[in-house]
Amino acid sequence: MTDLAWIDTTLAAARPRALGALLRYFRDLDTAEEAFQEACLRALRSWPDKGPPRDPVAWLILVGRNSGIDAVRRGARLEALPDEDLISDTGDAESDMADRLDGSHYRDDILRLMFICCHPDLPATQQIALALRIVSGLSVQQIARAFLVGDSAMEQRITRAKARVARAGVAFQTPGAAERAERLSRVTTMIYLVFNEGYSQSDPKRDACAFADEAIRLARLLLGIFPSEPEIMGLLALMLLQLSRRAARFDAEGQIVLLEDQDRSRWNREAINEALALIEKAIRHRQPGPYQIQAAIAALHARAIRAEDTDWTQIELLYRTLEHVQPSPVVTLNRAVAVAKRSGPVEALDMVEQLAGALDGYFYFHGLRGNLLMQLGRNHEARTAFDRAIALARSPAEAAHIRLQLDRLKADAETSLG
Amino acid sequence: MLYAILCYANEETVFAWSKDEEEAVMSKLITVQEPYARAGKLGPVGRLMPTTTATTVRKGKDEALVIDGPFAETKEALLGFYTIDCDNLEEAVAFCKQLSAVNPGSSSYEIRPFYVFRPGDLAT
Repeated sequence: MTDLAWIDTTLAAARPRALGALLRYFRDLDTAEEAFQEACLRALRSWPDKGPPRDPVAWLILVGRNSGIDAVRRGARLEALPDEDLISDTGDAESDMADRLDGSHYRDDILRLMFICCHPDLPATQQIALALRIVSGLSVQQIARAFLVGDSAMEQRITRAKARVARAGVAFQTPGAAERAERLSRVTTMIYLVFNEGYSQSDPKRDACAFADEAIRLARLLLGIFPSEPEIMGLLALMLLQLSRRAARFDAEGQIVLLEDQDRSRWNREAINEALALIEKAIRHRQPGPYQIQAAIAALHARAIRAEDTDWTQIELLYRTLEHVQPSPVVTLNRAVAVAKRSGPVEALDMVEQLAGALDGYFYFHGLRGNLLMQLGRNHEARTAFDRAIALARSPAEAAHIRLQLDRLKADAETSLG
Repeated sequence: MLYAILCYANEETVFAWSKDEEEAVMSKLITVQEPYARAGKLGPVGRLMPTTTATTVRKGKDEALVIDGPFAETKEALLGFYTIDCDNLEEAVAFCKQLSAVNPGSSSYEIRPFYVFRPGDLAT
């Protein structure tokens, strides 16, 4: 890695903490972003010669703060720029200074920065775009490319979202326990949205795939500042487990490979082990929540060396728990999959039929229903269900997967005729 | 003398490395380790999972407390360790200087002589 590449990585890693602190000082997102930008420029000039500071975050906060104050001053009357050498030469001193200034503020600063991106008035895609722009520091071009829209359209979208956030006002006083818990819950939801925007891409070459890694970085950051929150452990574990299958999810032609058909030797064992460690930690807290339960389900898949080793009884039980904690027809549909594996298609189809009203517009509902009907030899009904699924597919890969099932039906029909 | 070499670095930067950056650093580190490994001087080398996976057990008044997170909240986290048999401190310092040269950014290496309390029989 060259020096400059290292500096880029360091600046990106330092961004949430530094920008969060600057936002608290200036109480204005644009000023904070400008100050951070200025601090980064000075870092690029200063660090290659002087070497990296021991605490890059503290360095950026102090330099950004000075330059930001200076920009505010310049608005009123001209005054000389402060010399950043005074800061960069003090070695460890900047760290102590920042400690005195910030201390325990760090965690609420980062939480606030993430929280302003999850304003309930903002639709999910705007929350994602805003978080990637503000917290992760991706450029408008990068985000636009990932969302397959033009730069200026994305620029407008982000500007509008920022204006909305600014109008809503941001609470700068230190939040109380209840307020903090509410913020945490909204932020974890937002992080999972970012993850899914990346993970749900069926084309592994799309730029948006990187969002999944970014979400994991944000979750690690959040857990680092709130180390005893079992739901953040659960969220991070869940995302790591899902992402551990990335290399096995698509075949060479870009077709979806179902969990049971995936080459499990291509699953990322490092990610799985980290997730299992997090789940073990979370369980000790005895405060189960939706992310922990979903992570526990994903962990049972990860532990099965072959698909046929999967503990479907345990998975079915966990989905039952999830139905209690977070009732939803989609969760019940997932439980039906486990029931089908454990007890066969009859019982499962019974469950699925009851969801027809709630999930009629849902791709997976018709896909699963078609599959169960096919297992029962009710091929004509299966075909109708698959046709409906294809009509609801959101990506070519989803449609192609159903078409494969239809081909199997057709092959069956021809064999029985012949 | 046996030395434990404890590697500290900024965790957020290290975990922000791209896959290519990570692989490049690791292959350089392996190059540094190779001569020591060939000379039979290198013991187990560990990479620690992120500090978010850490649990600390601390002696309490009645029973031990189990705390989430690493023992100390420091700017630089303990991210890995070496065990190595060096002729003297000079050699251990030279080894760390080589590690440091191929590790981008700010990192530090604490050299701590140790003796084997129990060799263990863990198959690795």
